[in-house]
Amino acid sequence: MTIGISRSSSTGPAGEPTGKGAQIRLESITKDFGLAHPAVDNVTLTIEPGEFMTFLGPSGSGKTTTLNLIAGFESLTSGTIRLDSQDVSTLPAHKRNLGMVFQNYALFPHMTVAGNIAYPLRERRVPKPEIERRVAEVLELVQLQGRDKHYPSQLSGGQQQRVALARAIVFNPRALLLDEPLGALDRNLRAALQLEIRRIHREVGTTLVFVTHDQEEAMNLSDRIALFHDGRIEQVGSPENLYAEPETLFTARFLGDSTVFALGDQPVTGPVTWEDERWAVDSGTVAQRARSGGPTALVVRPESVGIVRDRAQVPSGANSVRARVRDIEYMGAYRTLLLAVGQEGITGRARIPAADKNYALGDEVVAWWHPDAQRIVAA
Amino acid sequence: MMTSRPRWLPHPGWLLLIPAVALLGGILGVPLWQSFWRSIGSGDWTLEHYSALFTDGVTLKVLARTGQAAAVVTIVTLLLGYPYAYLMTRVGPLWRSVLVVMVLMPFWTSALARNFGWLILLYDNGLVQRFIALFGFDDVVLYGTAQGVTLAMSQVLLPFMVLPLFSALGGIDRRLLLAARSLGSPPLVAFWKVYFPLSRGGVVAGCILTFTLACGFYVTPALIGSPRESLIAQLLGQRTTQLLDFAGAGALGTLVLVVTLVLVWWANRMGGSMATIGAVAGQTGTRR
Ligand SMILES: Nc1ncnc2c1ncn2[C@@H]1O[C@H](COP(=O)(O)OP(=O)(O)O)[C@@H](O)[C@H]1O
Ligand SMILES: [Mg+2]
Repeated sequence: MTIGISRSSSTGPAGEPTGKGAQIRLESITKDFGLAHPAVDNVTLTIEPGEFMTFLGPSGSGKTTTLNLIAGFESLTSGTIRLDSQDVSTLPAHKRNLGMVFQNYALFPHMTVAGNIAYPLRERRVPKPEIERRVAEVLELVQLQGRDKHYPSQLSGGQQQRVALARAIVFNPRALLLDEPLGALDRNLRAALQLEIRRIHREVGTTLVFVTHDQEEAMNLSDRIALFHDGRIEQVGSPENLYAEPETLFTARFLGDSTVFALGDQPVTGPVTWEDERWAVDSGTVAQRARSGGPTALVVRPESVGIVRDRAQVPSGANSVRARVRDIEYMGAYRTLLLAVGQEGITGRARIPAADKNYALGDEVVAWWHPDAQRIVAA
Repeated sequence: MMTSRPRWLPHPGWLLLIPAVALLGGILGVPLWQSFWRSIGSGDWTLEHYSALFTDGVTLKVLARTGQAAAVVTIVTLLLGYPYAYLMTRVGPLWRSVLVVMVLMPFWTSALARNFGWLILLYDNGLVQRFIALFGFDDVVLYGTAQGVTLAMSQVLLPFMVLPLFSALGGIDRRLLLAARSLGSPPLVAFWKVYFPLSRGGVVAGCILTFTLACGFYVTPALIGSPRESLIAQLLGQRTTQLLDFAGAGALGTLVLVVTLVLVWWANRMGGSMATIGAVAGQTGTRR
């Protein structure tokens, strides 16, 4: 039945070539609301056809504004937006043929589930029998068969969001835009709907832009993540790329935990010093943006940090630092040691096996890691 | 700890209702009952006063005229009030207060002063007439006509339209409009198919309030309108104060009350919300 949905796209009333979905190109787009700095500041990004792209970033970083610019709800201050090379910068929202899903679902309360889903088809003057067929197909796709005569208020949050999803894909949009669609749902439901969204994306094969401030969600779902920071894109890449090869301290901190050693302005091409420690540097782990001078930081992920009782036990070639155990978090699958590191006592994290109960609060230890497991980023 | 109380004793909270019920019963219930009692012959059980209403050749005409005037006022206030209420939902708190004050202004002026004010404005060759003449309408007569009455009544009744509308429009999630646009609706279509249906409760509530209140207007039509085009309240006044025909007036009053209640009941079923009306009546009082 899902094949039916993508196939009917060829007869789509807007006459757009759909297939896998459109390429979305943002060319130096800026949106200035007249605040201290632009909400979206000179963003350039290409989202490939069929790609699952996530806009990740803290609240207020410009994700929603960027999505609204793509949808046509806001007008550009400058720059160009293209869908499959067609310039849509000034095209009104209702002619862009993009499916939108909002955090609060935005279902029409005075229409039934079927009425909501049929809405975009009626707006496109699709004949009635075909509307009925496609509504039934898409209800099956989101697993809500038999709910067509319910009103939105009679459905749970998760069901409402499925209806919103169905309504956004039923007209074979050129791309699907989702603004924190799972933000209002509880944890278990979120996990279930994440799987659902991935499955639907696979089956429909459309371009999908997903906004979230939840790094875990972004990592789970995305082909690529664009990390937003103060209206700019800090870094774009696959989840693995962003996690393992952050360019900046902001990226390293936003995705996953790490221990951060500020290095100041010292050169990072050779060994670096921090307090009275001297550490080897593997040049492959120095971020591009840390090479051009300016302040840098050395970051290490908790899973790369080993803990020993004294320096003699540190493997040769590893970097190490003195630390004191400040707290121990039991996480089920493992334990996290929270450390006070060095003289200054900065916060560090190390992951140890869940069964390892050898450490107590206040223990003096040595934390070590291999130089190829650390990363030097722009701070 | 719950204190137990005999089953037959009502919850003590109900005691708080006694003053209000007593007041309503005293100043509304008793007189209402009295005039109804007189209308059926004070115990003679006659319907002659009612049949007279349908045969005297005046009452039905005035009733129809009143209904028409009230309908026109309702439409005028709806057309003026909807955009006004919409604007109120779109501006910041400061401008919203300004707009509320402006629409409530008629309530803070005495009914007499306000009507005489309109009188001066509407006189032949008065300000309003000369203003309209600027646009080429130089034969519009407002003083002593239904149009003048409509104008003055609409001003007073505007808040009864605007406030329920504002309360309904304020509750509509504007993201629904964005959703409709993303689904292919041009802005006006999105408004018509999504926003307007969701405002229907406010529209119906505002229309019921305005219409029923307009049906009872006395001072404005008496001062501004023509005696030959009197409305139902004037007819009632005439019967009680000049003809001293209390039985006839009682019958007429009962008829108007029943017609109004039926209208309210019907409109309420059409989707108006009595809760909205109650809230608004509370906000504005019901002075006329
Ligand atoms: N309509 C608007 N008018 C003025 N400022 C806005 C508007 N929409 C967003 N902003 C501002 O733009 C910035 C980015 O907001 P937004 O795109 O909503 O961030 P995010 O979705 O990442 O949380 C914020 O500082 C916000 O206050
Ligand atoms: Mg947002």
